[in-house]
This record gives sequence, C-alpha cells and structure tokens, in this order.
Amino acid sequence: MADSALHTPLYAEHLAAGGKIVDFAGWALPIHYGSQLKEHETVRSDAGMFDVSHMTVVDLTGADAKAYLQKLIANDVDKLGFVGKALYAGMLNPQGGVIDDLIVYLTDWGYRVVVNAATRAKDLAWMQAQTAGFAVELNVRDDLSMLAIQGPNARAKVAAARPQLAELIQSLKVFQGVPVGDWFVARTGYTGEDGLEIMLPDADAPAFWRELLAAGVAPTGLGARDTLRLEAGMNLYGHDMDETISPLAAGMGWTIAWEPASRDFIGRAALEAERAAGPAMKQVGLVLESRGVLREGMTVTVDGATGVITSGTFSPTLKLSIAIARVPAATGDVATVDLRGVATPVRVVKLPFVRNGKQVYA
Amino acid sequence: MSQVPAELKYNDSHEWVRLEADGTVTVGITAHAQEALGDVVFVETPEVGRELSAGSSAGVVESVKAASDIYSPIDGAVLATNPALEGEPELVNSDPYGEGWMFRLQPANPAQINDMLDAAAYSDLIGA
Repeated sequence: MADSALHTPLYAEHLAAGGKIVDFAGWALPIHYGSQLKEHETVRSDAGMFDVSHMTVVDLTGADAKAYLQKLIANDVDKLGFVGKALYAGMLNPQGGVIDDLIVYLTDWGYRVVVNAATRAKDLAWMQAQTAGFAVELNVRDDLSMLAIQGPNARAKVAAARPQLAELIQSLKVFQGVPVGDWFVARTGYTGEDGLEIMLPDADAPAFWRELLAAGVAPTGLGARDTLRLEAGMNLYGHDMDETISPLAAGMGWTIAWEPASRDFIGRAALEAERAAGPAMKQVGLVLESRGVLREGMTVTVDGATGVITSGTFSPTLKLSIAIARVPAATGDVATVDLRGVATPVRVVKLPFVRNGKQVYA
Repeated sequence: MSQVPAELKYNDSHEWVRLEADGTVTVGITAHAQEALGDVVFVETPEVGRELSAGSSAGVVESVKAASDIYSPIDGAVLATNPALEGEPELVNSDPYGEGWMFRLQPANPAQINDMLDAAAYSDLIGA
C-alpha cells in the first residue's frame, strides 16, 4: 500500500481489532477483520460497525441553499418536511449522467450533504462551480468522523453504549437524523438493516468505537459493506452507475422528482428526452441458481441483445450468487450470462434481494 | 505470517503438493493463497480420470472477492477430488494443507516434483 494513504481517526482501532488493511480511494481501511462472511452474517443477525469516516460531509448555509440544491440534484429538497429528514438523490451532469449519489439532510443551519470518498475532488469542484449566482456557502467538514452501526440489534446496542442517547435513538424515525451538540445521529444506512449513521468530532471517535466494542458491536470491514449493500439492491458509485449512465438505466428513477415541472435541475432536459423516447436499458437483479459467482463486467444476453453485470457477488444470506445488472429494457424473467466462457442461465428479479435479514425477491 | 510446511513442495501459482507413501500426489492451495482470496464459497475440482499436464487449469476457487484458477503443478491423472469441499468450501480457509486439499494425482513423471519450489524458496517468493 502507498505510504501516502490517508488514515481515519480509527486507524489504530482497526489494527487493534485485527483489520486487514487495503487501499480504498486513497484511504487505508479494513477490508475485513478475519472473515467477511462472518461480519456479513453478524450485521444481518445482530449488530456490526463500519468506519465510514472517509466519506465527505459538506454543510450548506445561506439564503439560497434550498434553491441551489433544487438545481444541483435530481431529487427535490422541498420534500424534506422537517429538520433531520434525509433524502437520497443523484447529482447529474447536463447530459443526465450521474456525477455522484448522495444523501442530503435538512438541518437547522441549512443542509448537510454526504457524498462518496472516491468522487470527493470532482464533487467538490462541481458543487463549488454551481454556486455561481446563489447566496450559498459550502463548508467541508473534514473535522468529522462517521460510524455506521447496522443490524437488528444496532440501535439497542448503541443505546446501551451511550445511555444519554437512548431516548433520542428510540424516537428517531427511519431516514431521519438529529444533531446532538457536535454529533449528528441518523437512522440511515447502506445494508438493508435497521441501524444508525453517526457523525461525530474526530477526537470523540476512538472512545466511541471502544464503547461500541464493549457493548458487543462487531467491527465490520468494507468487504461485508459491499455484499450487504448488494443484497439490499443499493447502487455503488463507479460500478452500478457513473457519469456516462442515466439514473433511469441505474434503478434511480424513483429519486428523480419530475414535479414541479418548473424546477430546472441540472440534467433535466436530457432525462426528459430519454423518458419520452423510452429508456433503452433498465436495472435488474440476477440470481444464479447453479454453482459459480457472477462478477462485475460479465456480459448478459437477452434475445441477442446484451447488457452487463455492474456488481456481482456470492450472497452470504442466500447462499448463491446474485448480481445487479444493466440490461435491455425489454428483458423478461430470464437471461444468459457468460460465466467464464460458459453461457449460463440466470433468473431476472426485481431488486432488492434481502431486507431485514430475509429474502424479499420472488 | 502464512504457514509454509517444510515437507511440501510449491509452485509460483500458489499450489502445494505432497508426495504420499503410496506414490500418489495430493494438491491444494497455500495458506498465503487462501488468505489473499478471502472467504472461499465454491471450489470446482477436476473430473476424476482426467489427464492433467503441468501448468494446465485444473479447477477454480471462487471467493467472495474473486475467481482464481487452480493449476496442476505436474503431469498426471486425477485419482480423487475432495468431496468435503462441495458442502464446506471454507475448509480451504481453515485448513489449507489438511482438510482443504483439492485433488489427488497419479503422477506421470514423479521427478517433476523435484523441480518445484521447496518451503524456503516459496517463503522467499511470498515474502514470508
């Protein structure tokens, strides 16, 4: 690994927990702490914690913050009905490609936006460039760490570790966050399980990690994070979509707020043209019921037309291989995948595969 | 650090072989290889009776992370494959030199084993 890799404030904790460190978007982070499969299963059945401090947090203030976001992203922050409410959205280019996907929270100072680590530089440059003409300030919060605690017992274990947060954690609604002093506690995640994402000052992060460890929350690496989100049918930027892919072809149609028609968000004209013509591709789930593992980049064939697997893995919950794929819009219930040279039949299903520990596709 | 048992021979694609008392040869992947692959979820072993040549693909190990070919280290006919791997592929992780073995060969030319890496040379290769 490059010596220049960035360390989160929890780096020493990862080493202490036996983390196998890899480079992820320039950050030295644990891929697993012994077994990715065990960590995955712990999140589905109990509670695991992920260091996601590498993600970029940006606070927005200023009189025009709302108008700015209504132009910047394809979902509409006008839907955020109360302080703390969160919204998932795509930030598009004028061609309708996805620059990044993000979460935005309504806060009492304005908004908090969380974007990916791998796209940080281009996101910040793009976001800054779009401020022209708006009274809005972007404040990058590199002073914050972020921990995701996920699983059916996650909220109870965090409450046990931090009794002063128990009442708040009990009252939080799904997809809602609340500031608590310098901390921000949100009931969000990337696993398909209940749980929390907590942003806190860097200086507080190691002690909080150790409290969670003592409360029985298992350290969980980036490997399990990927298999969990894939089972949950959630996109990973740079794999399931990028600047050349429309949100309509990446399962993000539900994140586009078409109404009001007067809201002129970046990429709108391109998406309207695509919608009028009928999108050529769509996102589906694939299930391989025979042996083998579907992998990113494998070709999917449907009636002579082709698509591609954008994320594939072995599903630890379902004990077979699953994938997210971009396929011709006319694709039905079956497709063929080129599995290491062998044309192999797969089932086509609606995402997600797993929610709250259980299979949900038919 | 990964274990590299002194009594085995190795090749640079991370298979090990053990010459058994009856003259047959057992093949598996090294502790270093399974560690790099991560949790193993499927193992595809060669058909019994198949004639393998040294360096030819003999099967596939699929982990959560990646698919990796297994190569036959020597020429020989496949006598048996490890039936336990069908239901418990994780044996490759937990016991790569024991219960995680992959297949057994009747070597065509046992002298080929002498040309493989010994434990010291393999340790150097993986930086152990």
